[in-house]
Amino acid sequence: MPTASAGLTITVNGDSLSVAAGTTALEVVESLGLAGRPIAVEVNEAVVPRARLAGCSLEDGARLEIVTLVGGG
Amino acid sequence: MTSPAAVFSVPSVPGSSPEAPLRVGGLTLQSRLVVGTGKYASYAEMARCLAASGTDCVTVAVRRERLVNAAGENILDHLDATRYTILPNTAGCFTAADAVRVARLGRELLRDLGNPGSEWVKLEVLGDTKTLLPDPVGTLEATERLVADGFAVLVYSSDDPIVARRLKQLGAASVMPAGSPIGSGQGILNANSLRICLEYLKDGDPEYPVIVDAGVGTASDVAAAMELGVDGVLLNTAIAHAADPLRMAVAMKAACEAGRQAFLAGRIPKKLYATASSPLEGTIAAPRPGP
Repeated sequence: MPTASAGLTITVNGDSLSVAAGTTALEVVESLGLAGRPIAVEVNEAVVPRARLAGCSLEDGARLEIVTLVGGG
Repeated sequence: MTSPAAVFSVPSVPGSSPEAPLRVGGLTLQSRLVVGTGKYASYAEMARCLAASGTDCVTVAVRRERLVNAAGENILDHLDATRYTILPNTAGCFTAADAVRVARLGRELLRDLGNPGSEWVKLEVLGDTKTLLPDPVGTLEATERLVADGFAVLVYSSDDPIVARRLKQLGAASVMPAGSPIGSGQGILNANSLRICLEYLKDGDPEYPVIVDAGVGTASDVAAAMELGVDGVLLNTAIAHAADPLRMAVAMKAACEAGRQAFLAGRIPKKLYATASSPLEGTIAAPRPGP
């Protein structure tokens, strides 16, 4: 039986991150200091609109991409 | 190089004036230059050059946010999202699947900003890193998928008229043929192919927007493209990497307007032999022997 503190391993922008079970995408964004930034979030190759980040509970192995706009042609 | 007699002339839309706006993807742009935001020495210089170019539409890329230095500057600190329509690109994508993902992320970012470019995408699906040429197969697939997803797709393509026509048939809001490879500064390498692209894309549909995208090197390249009858030109490196980017932005604005005016004015044909500009009679000079 998993312990109460069993965590998840997710990837964020290609890097591994350990988080607590039940962590939401919004909590990951906030923990990185990006809550007020102009970003968009993808979980497992699907865009999660900002309004749905709080309700997006992550599973073990979830792949997050947090992107922003940069200069380009 | 002599060019063959023009079999097809891009029709001027009746009533169009040099000031007529560019309509593409449901939006109206006042300037016929679309300018990229990459490769500038600084965001401040970028902002000055964009303003000098007179553009009202700029391209941006979508990239991973820095997770370490989140307090760093963001391009939006220097780009007025209320002044410019922002067109996100899918640069760096080599598959249709990746391009679709990036387009959707760009849409989410711009919806958050409330920018009118949110339902647009500058679609690029590249074939290889050396040439940055578009992969026609991936480009066609991504165009179809993104049109189905509700995007106005402005698609970077080669100057192949057959692929260009297929992209339009799939619902692309604009086909954007490359003049030459991205950042190569060679201008329009194959004006004849571009003219055929214009013919095919505007067949029965003279207002369909065709925008030359990629390879512009200097102002005359922009003027040449506009003189052929394209509806707009998209460029980045030619300004950003000019020795004096601000001056080049000014030049590009003038070149775009000059080329558009010249196109609407209707140029004289090219002839093999001379036709004097001064009257033949009444000269005091002794006549030269003919011919």
